[in-house]
Amino acid sequence: MQNEKVITVNKLTKKFGDFTAVDHISFDVFKGEIFGFLGANGAGKTTAMRMLCGLLFPSSGEATVAGYDVYKENEKIKKSIGYMSQKFSLYEDLTVKENMQFYGGIYHMTEKYIKEKTATILKQLHLEKEGNLLVKSLPLGWKQKLAFAVSIFHEPGIVFLDEPTGGVDPVTRREFWNMIYEASDRGTTIFVTTHYMDEAEYCNRVTIMVDGRIDALDTPSNLKKNYNASSMDEVFLILARKAVRAAD
Amino acid sequence: MKTLKFLLRKEFRQIFRDPAIIRLILIMPVIQLMVLPWAADYEIKNIKLAVVDQDHSEYSRKLINKVTSSGYFLLTDYTSSYEHSLEKVELDKADLILQIPAHFEKDIVKENEAKLFMALNAINGVNANLGSAYLRTIIQDFNREIRTEWIQFPRFSPETQIEVTESNWFNPLMNYKYFMVPGILVILLTMVGTNLTAINIVKEKEIGTIEQINVTPIKKHHFILGKLIPFWLIGLVVLTIGLFISRVAYGIIPAGSFLTIYLFAAVYLFAVLGLGLLISTYSVNQQQATLLSFFLMMIFILLGGLYTSIDSMPEWAKWITRFNPVSYFIEVMRMVVLKGSGIADIKKHFMIMGGFAVVLNTWAILNYRKRS
Repeated sequence: MQNEKVITVNKLTKKFGDFTAVDHISFDVFKGEIFGFLGANGAGKTTAMRMLCGLLFPSSGEATVAGYDVYKENEKIKKSIGYMSQKFSLYEDLTVKENMQFYGGIYHMTEKYIKEKTATILKQLHLEKEGNLLVKSLPLGWKQKLAFAVSIFHEPGIVFLDEPTGGVDPVTRREFWNMIYEASDRGTTIFVTTHYMDEAEYCNRVTIMVDGRIDALDTPSNLKKNYNASSMDEVFLILARKAVRAAD
Repeated sequence: MKTLKFLLRKEFRQIFRDPAIIRLILIMPVIQLMVLPWAADYEIKNIKLAVVDQDHSEYSRKLINKVTSSGYFLLTDYTSSYEHSLEKVELDKADLILQIPAHFEKDIVKENEAKLFMALNAINGVNANLGSAYLRTIIQDFNREIRTEWIQFPRFSPETQIEVTESNWFNPLMNYKYFMVPGILVILLTMVGTNLTAINIVKEKEIGTIEQINVTPIKKHHFILGKLIPFWLIGLVVLTIGLFISRVAYGIIPAGSFLTIYLFAAVYLFAVLGLGLLISTYSVNQQQATLLSFFLMMIFILLGGLYTSIDSMPEWAKWITRFNPVSYFIEVMRMVVLKGSGIADIKKHFMIMGGFAVVLNTWAILNYRKRS
């Protein structure tokens, strides 16, 4: 693992009125690592991620993504990141190829390059035949893999994945993680939220968020050792039981 | 510019893939323009008339005959009791009572003067007003006729009468369709422009794709232009269909030039599209957007001068109409279609509409945030 920091977060906070969704969190993410962001529903994972992606203004604290400040240079950040939201967000009424063409175009890729890249990706995903089908006709698992492929279509240095495997069957989840590994091998930094603890084991390092705060941050094996647990599931339960905030 | 190309391609693909929108664009103007002008008729016919004839003379019969043969009235009751006819009004079987008192004929012949009595059911104000106006005109006519009969008798010197003749400029036959159709076309364009834009953008919010857009380095004005241009073109298509229907179904050929209409419509559409955009920035789902644009549309239509004249509105309402883009376009359409006004005549309207377009779009762009 290289020691180049691509995300730095220092006391980042987000308040909605009286409610502190994210409470002074601090951490760094290194280039090329798979950084897992764990927590129960409502722990503040998505809010934290949205601040880093430039979709939400932080209330206080500092953060940089790809060397750019989240307050002032959010549009520059957007050039360097990919994002896959919790909500499926490809256009259902466009075909697979049209979606890729559209997102590639937005990132100023040339038509020719988009075409070549689309062909390569469809081959990797074994979706060559489905390229001209409307996205809405595909099963969920395929859609999720496709959404991930689109989020890294413009070859960003960092990709944010917000519960990318929600509602997906175990086989597809496994395939999905293979895709994540491949992207990571190419040097892409992966920032992923999940509440599947088996997925936490696949990460290089994980943080566990409880009630808007980061209660633990380490490699999965160190966490298990420190909490004297046999699995990440146990670690999570030990930490999450302290939560006072009701899950949404 | 290249980003815009990708955006437009995506929008057009989605629009042409949505059969509901295509149907809306093609069928809405046809139905609204083919049906509404026939139903939204200013002329009132079939006014239910109860006659209380207490004279039973030749003149009273002549008068009744004249009234019923005008075609505006249906004689629903003929009696000699006023109370009886009032019951008919209560039962909604009569809108208007015409009472011909006893000695009506005698009074005309002897006193050279007779009185008639009219009672109106004012629950339907428009019916009552127009009905009494029609009836008055018919009675005046009747009066003139019997006087002309009498001219031969030297004993009666005919009264000096002032006769007013009218000529209706710009719409010689007072064909209300010439008046209504251009107005309905304006409403159509407004609905298409505002609703389609608002709902389109809010739909992206609902399904979450807007977040995916917001996380890209796309420029706000590119995204907004990508939304406006397709609906701007659709608006012009609707206008073309509308003008074609006006021509074929109603024989309306603008006295002015089509170019003037299209130029004004082009500016107008940017204003209403801006409004749609603005609505979308204030709504989180399609229900909110629909209700909000429906609310505005009601005000626009009722205070737009389509059904009622702006000149006869109270001052405060006139003041509101100045902020109603619809009222300007309806005025322009009527000026161009009926009067043949050119660009120079509607310069003021152009400037105001340009102002609307700039203000609404700027407001919408400022209010559209990629980051909350």
